Amino acid sequence: MERQFKIYRFNPEAAPAASFQTYTVDIQHAWTVLDALNAIKWDQDGSLSFRRSCRHGICGSCAMKINGKNGLACEVQVESLKGVITVEPLPGFKVIRDLVTDMDGFFSHLEAVKPWLIAGTPPTDKERVQSPEDRKLIDGLYECILCGACTSACPSYWVNDDFLGPAALLKAARYVMDTRDDGLTDRLDVLDSRNGIWRCHTIFNCVEACPKSLNPTEAIVKLRQKLAALRI
Amino acid sequence: MEHHRHDVVVVGAGIAGLYAAMKAGESADVGVLSKVYPTRSHSGAAQGGCAAALGNEGNDSWEFHFYDTVRGGDFLGDQDAQELLVKEAIPVMYEMEHLGVPFSRTAEGKIAQRPFGGHFADFGKTAVKRACYAADRSGHAQLHCLYEQSLKQGVRFYNEFFVISLIIEDGTCRGLVALEIRTGVLHAFWARAVMLATGGYARAWRVTSNSHANTGDGLALVAAAGVPLEDMEFVQFHPTGLYPHGILISEAARGEGGYLFNNDGMRFMEKYAKSKMELAPRDVVSRAEQTEIDEGRGIDGGEYLHLDLTHLGEKTILERLPQIHELVVKFAGIDCTKKPIPTQPTAHYSMGGIPTDLDTRVLRDGKKQAVEGLFASGECACVSNHGANRLGTNSTLEAAVFGRRGGMVMARFVKEAGPILPGAERPTREAEEGFEHLCASSGPESAKRIRAELQASMTDNVGIFRTAAKLQKQVALIRDLKARFENVGISDRSRRFNTEITELIELKYMLDFSEVIAVSALAREESRGAHSRNDYPKRDDNQWLRHTLAFREADGSLRLDYKPVVITRFQPEERKY
Repeated sequence: MERQFKIYRFNPEAAPAASFQTYTVDIQHAWTVLDALNAIKWDQDGSLSFRRSCRHGICGSCAMKINGKNGLACEVQVESLKGVITVEPLPGFKVIRDLVTDMDGFFSHLEAVKPWLIAGTPPTDKERVQSPEDRKLIDGLYECILCGACTSACPSYWVNDDFLGPAALLKAARYVMDTRDDGLTDRLDVLDSRNGIWRCHTIFNCVEACPKSLNPTEAIVKLRQKLAALRI
Repeated sequence: MEHHRHDVVVVGAGIAGLYAAMKAGESADVGVLSKVYPTRSHSGAAQGGCAAALGNEGNDSWEFHFYDTVRGGDFLGDQDAQELLVKEAIPVMYEMEHLGVPFSRTAEGKIAQRPFGGHFADFGKTAVKRACYAADRSGHAQLHCLYEQSLKQGVRFYNEFFVISLIIEDGTCRGLVALEIRTGVLHAFWARAVMLATGGYARAWRVTSNSHANTGDGLALVAAAGVPLEDMEFVQFHPTGLYPHGILISEAARGEGGYLFNNDGMRFMEKYAKSKMELAPRDVVSRAEQTEIDEGRGIDGGEYLHLDLTHLGEKTILERLPQIHELVVKFAGIDCTKKPIPTQPTAHYSMGGIPTDLDTRVLRDGKKQAVEGLFASGECACVSNHGANRLGTNSTLEAAVFGRRGGMVMARFVKEAGPILPGAERPTREAEEGFEHLCASSGPESAKRIRAELQASMTDNVGIFRTAAKLQKQVALIRDLKARFENVGISDRSRRFNTEITELIELKYMLDFSEVIAVSALAREESRGAHSRNDYPKRDDNQWLRHTLAFREADGSLRLDYKPVVITRFQPEERKY
């Protein structure tokens, strides 16, 4: 079946301003938006640039805005979309070219929360013991694929890209909530800062945007509770 | 051209590359180049687990793991490497836990373990829980943890840098040339030690579990420098690729108790591996599936079978196999708690690769002589841990054990090796000229068509069952495709994030190593592990208990040589499951 794709194009080497270009694609059964983008690139226009790798929703490369909603191009079935399909780069990030955005700031925010285990005691020669119940505390936190869909959907991030954003804060929660970690105080200066957890206004866009059904807002609330408990 | 210097440069940021970078980073200045952002690496797609005989959930020992690895590889693996792998598995697994990997837990709070194909206690007798796992996101959990630890270590990352040439002079690797994808600018990296950890190459097949990025870059780079490639004919087809995409459905699904059915509703594995059934090694199960399909017992006569999990119950599926449940819903529209999953064999893992010694040093003669300063680990390397067929969960294990080992070896090496030598101008200039030549490609041939023909023909002719006729046809076809590649054209002339040019270079790499695979497979006139020849259905230890080494000669032709297998403890025996 033929479908139309209206795609954001930007290449400052060719033209200073962005524009939209429409392509018609013969869609096969069960094709995703990524399949359609590949078909455009390989059959119609080799100059269309986008990121992709695993094509099954685990690497996080192909997050983009599809018919107004952030998601992974490799996961969104074309048949689930109505009308002309509009594909744009993730909002909130600088566009490098076409659907490719600059993710360097996103990853430096991640690094800022010290995303590594900070253990207060040295390990033994076997594993640290952690009960299945304690391990469950980081379910919903460790599965993040760092695609950027959530941070890109966050209005607080749009007005201030120094805000760490939902993905980095979810990662902070992944370590703070891990019973093997004692690093909350080491992360205080970053989390408890003007660009940290208090800048989230619980708008919940991140929750809606997450292709892995995670809840960064809830993670930020958990961090606030941890901080509050620390102060008492 | 911009220039950079590091003691150690690692190419690839999957589990092997990151472990190496993190370990070397303890004492050396390390740069990591990745053609994607590190967390996009395909290690993150590993699902089921990482093997180590911890014995947390039943009696196990490294010796049982050793035997399973040797037998699983159909006795082609080098047993000194395999012994090292299974012994170091245990401390490395604990180290990964200490680093923060969020393993699932037993009731006592230890690392949880599950059964997997080919994992047995008591030297091949009863199934044992050996795969350490984090639900079915084990690779993702390990990859992210190692990336984060590398950040902590101060490793310098060059994200979206794509290597186009190694600089090897007088038997010494001095660095490499890479394309910064974002700008289109070439950079020279000068280093005392370079490690290739570029992963696998199953993108050369039409039906594959691999990511778009798995194009065997490191293999093509060393082969171009005259280093041989080892055992390239051994490519693993995973039995449960989601039909028709080939996306991986972890063996954990069978480890947790899933069944395979044909169109007659029969658990057909009882015909092929009566005792171990669905938990036989992957080559055995994939051959069984392909036979069922070829003989018309695929579902509705089609090219797939059913993987049935429904009897496991919703709770087990959602708790232990959540990602599989999600994948099958999203990509097949099926709820696997209620309906069986359509599956087919899918090109998955490369047992062969860049020959190295136990310390990850790349061997320029494939045997003894190292290229000074050049290392390789993980799937792109061939130590050989996996012989003719890899056991499930030994891949992320190899990446961790040998990546880590390589990191430590390189750290020692750079301390002793003295300062980074000033680079010559010629190799960087040649790399630049080659790159500019490709950028200017304006012929009538289409890269897409060449790639599609390569992938379709590799699936048809270099798939699970092979014959001399098919392989001869494939060798000729690839040579024709290579000739056509010389007349390829691209439309994108800009430099900024030009993925048409990176895809073109990846296609060139794929054509290069695919020819090596087909030539090596044609020469090996026996069936062993994942290499099944209809015209030579038996294993032939007299002739073929040896590793293939394929050299690219200066005139572009391929020359085959062989080397003996290292056998220390387990003599070859008949392989039955």
